Amino acid sequence: MSVVMDAERISRTLTRIAHEIVERNKGVEDLALVGIRTRGVHIARRLARTLREITGHDIPTGSLDITLYRDDLMRHAVGPQPLVRRTEIPFSIDDKKILLVDDVLYTGRTTRAALDALIDFGRPKAIQLIVLVDRGHRELPIKADYVGKNLPTALEASVQVRLQETDGQDEVLLQGGAE
Amino acid sequence: MSAQVTQVDETPAVTALRRKDLLGIADLSPQEISLILDTAEAMKEVGSRPIKKVPALRGKTVINLFYEASTRTRTSFEIAEKRLSADTLNIAVASSSVTKGETLADTAANLEAMNPDMIVLRHSSSGACHFLSRVCKSAIINAGDGMHEHPTQALLDAFTIRERKGQLAGLKVAIIGDLLHSRVLRSNIYLLTKMGANVWVCGPPTLIPTEVARFGVHPTSDVDAAVRDADVVMLLRIQLERMEGAYFPSLREYFNVFGMTEARLKGAKPDVMIMHPGPMNRGVEIASEVADGPYSVILDQVANGVAVRMAVLYLLAGGAEHEEAA
Amino acid sequence: MKRLLKGGRVVDPANRIDGIHDVLIDGDRIARVGRDLPVDGATVVEIPDGLIVCPGFIDMHVHLREPGQEHKETVATGTASAVAGGFTAVACMPNTTPVNDGANVTAYILARAAEANLARVYPIGAVSRGSKGELLADIADLKKAGCVAITDDGHPVSTALLLRRALEYAGMFGMVVIEHCEDQTLKGDGVAHEGFHASSLGLRGIPGAAEALHVERGALMSELTGSAFHVAHMSARSSLRSARKAKEAGIRLTCEVCPHHFTLTDALLGAPIPYDTNTKMNPPLREEADRDAMLAGIADGTVDAIATDHAPHHYDEKKVEFDRAPFGIVGLETAVSLSLDRLIHTGLIRLPRLVELLSVNPARILGVAGGSLSEGAPADVTIIAPDLEVRIDASRLRSKSKNTPFDGWELRGGVAATLVGGRTLFRNEGVRLNSL
Repeated sequence: MSVVMDAERISRTLTRIAHEIVERNKGVEDLALVGIRTRGVHIARRLARTLREITGHDIPTGSLDITLYRDDLMRHAVGPQPLVRRTEIPFSIDDKKILLVDDVLYTGRTTRAALDALIDFGRPKAIQLIVLVDRGHRELPIKADYVGKNLPTALEASVQVRLQETDGQDEVLLQGGAE
Repeated sequence: MSAQVTQVDETPAVTALRRKDLLGIADLSPQEISLILDTAEAMKEVGSRPIKKVPALRGKTVINLFYEASTRTRTSFEIAEKRLSADTLNIAVASSSVTKGETLADTAANLEAMNPDMIVLRHSSSGACHFLSRVCKSAIINAGDGMHEHPTQALLDAFTIRERKGQLAGLKVAIIGDLLHSRVLRSNIYLLTKMGANVWVCGPPTLIPTEVARFGVHPTSDVDAAVRDADVVMLLRIQLERMEGAYFPSLREYFNVFGMTEARLKGAKPDVMIMHPGPMNRGVEIASEVADGPYSVILDQVANGVAVRMAVLYLLAGGAEHEEAA
Repeated sequence: MKRLLKGGRVVDPANRIDGIHDVLIDGDRIARVGRDLPVDGATVVEIPDGLIVCPGFIDMHVHLREPGQEHKETVATGTASAVAGGFTAVACMPNTTPVNDGANVTAYILARAAEANLARVYPIGAVSRGSKGELLADIADLKKAGCVAITDDGHPVSTALLLRRALEYAGMFGMVVIEHCEDQTLKGDGVAHEGFHASSLGLRGIPGAAEALHVERGALMSELTGSAFHVAHMSARSSLRSARKAKEAGIRLTCEVCPHHFTLTDALLGAPIPYDTNTKMNPPLREEADRDAMLAGIADGTVDAIATDHAPHHYDEKKVEFDRAPFGIVGLETAVSLSLDRLIHTGLIRLPRLVELLSVNPARILGVAGGSLSEGAPADVTIIAPDLEVRIDASRLRSKSKNTPFDGWELRGGVAATLVGGRTLFRNEGVRLNSL
């Protein structure tokens, strides 16, 4: 198992992404952050703090649980259901530019579910995707707008993002080696 | 970057209902009850969205098989099913035709032939759901069986109490009314005692089930003792058609002795919640001023019913994790 | 033709015999019982160690369902079940369709019994016409046609007055009135014993007091009339108390208990199979204290007889919701094993007492032949194997119906062979018994 990003690197990466967001959107007007549970939510909250430090504006931030939109929910004849957590989007997403945040982009299926879920909340002006790690192996035509680190991996490898909020420390681990 | 804000997800001790059916609260562990209630919180949020529908049960067929008229429970299940994108089918069987017509086993066999995933059953016979679960592969959800259990009602009651009071443990809950014939009572007793509440049950001695104290509750016919310092007062329906003259002299006398009035409620905690599973008989078990008063959460109960039933449907849709499959 | 049952332990309490004896059967009669009888041209049947030769068992409470409910049982299948269960005779209840309230129905049952030619059948007539509780049935006709007792079983006799009249009238013929003791107002639409388990399962209860009340009523009417009164399928501890009190007062009251009431309790309603309709019978399975009282009554002599209340029902009828299912279970083929396992092997009673309960007393109460191996008595013999390992298999019952809660039970003790009128009508394949 190797550490591919440490706390320092993660912090610098998120700061870089925050700057890219401001630059690309020419400010933060109409922006809102929505993190995908669980770690995407924490990354979204960190980005919101950084954006406030940079711009002085509060960016509305919500959390999205995509469990009920998963495409593998009913594919298993037997087996317990994944845990459903609360979705909290305490603002209207209509006509907002939504920054959708996840920790790892892999097959794209989570992102697909999140897009479907978001659309059920209203009609955003645009949705942009932010991921801390893109490990490749897409199964759907999905591409991130902001990528913390491109990490080519073997299919059987596993990428773990660990965050202070959930895991006690910040690091990205790769198990099973890079390509 | 500040990292002092350590937010730990409240993960319940169990993350799955490892069972095929929901036949009653009696079979559930406290952890399973918590899982259902926690999942219901997420489901309640779905109901507040502009588009109140998620694709979770897409392609699943749910049959609502109702042998007793029940607008409230059936509607609640149907909305829950639709919000989860299940295909739903309502079958109402008039109980009069049951004696002449097809047996429950045959009806179930015919429905099974159409390969539904779940059957929500309301039936006037206690144990009808247990019976059906033995003859059916589909998941069976008990929507009320005779005088036995009404598990989703108890779950929605618990959800409503937890929403207001934060937890169930340590609360004094007084359940007052026709205890003998009430499936809501039995499910609530099981649930509330499992979750650590202090449960008092109150009614005329003619309507108290035999050996009810063995369920770990305090039976009494002293309504003031039941209400004293209660956090929750739950009233059960008096079935007008079969009560008068048999179990107590008159409805008027029942109201005078047991009816929940504002005066009687003064003995309860200042933030007492008034609950009723419905349909209410105003002026019999509950005075209108209480039913419509500030302590009443009766309509919250109805609203929460949908979320709780969504949770149950969702959790059971995964099916039991069979020993051999695990 | 003569047969000599040689070297077995014979338990014949009516003749104060309990020991190694030979039993000589001549045709359909018992010729002699004694030690080391001469063979004298008889076919010798060696009785292996461990088997017990008893006077034929008599089940004084069965439902043969014929006429009218042949889908549940017939006289032929019911008597086949009886001999397989060690019973050489059964008394059958009158709640057939039509009710056995007249000589024609009695004659029909006896004709069917003669055709089947298995266990002896003693019909019991109705107290009232159609068992409706209004007018007395033609009791003299019933007696003449072959009925040995009267009852409105399924229900108690409707009123104290009618019960009084029935006792007075039947007393004239020396017939006992058998009563299904249960106050109908207290029963209401109850389906289970009123107690914790019924409360928990939401089943309407029948209190033990509903039974005891009618035991008391019967005792008082028996005292008033001087006629014999028999309590069918007693189940409640308060009933036992009433029966004991009546007997102490010299009242001509007798009582029977069913195997399920001395083995099972209402805990079975909820587990292992919740709402299993094979746990639904009337009187219902009662609580532990009642079950223990039945055992105590068996031990102390208050209980006179063990009867099965064999109540076959077609599986369709039982495959319904609990409160819609009919009351009753089959019992003929499980009674002896349950009795041996739960009464003898527990040390509660000894074999002579068991033979009293299963043979001597039923014969005496009904006033029928049997109950002893006396010289000249019918050669009705039950040979039991008290140490045989028995596994109850509902699917293999001879009865037409399989409604038993004892399926899969493993019990110690069973029936080795059943002889009726000298003929071997049942021989257990699991027991070595040559040339019987």
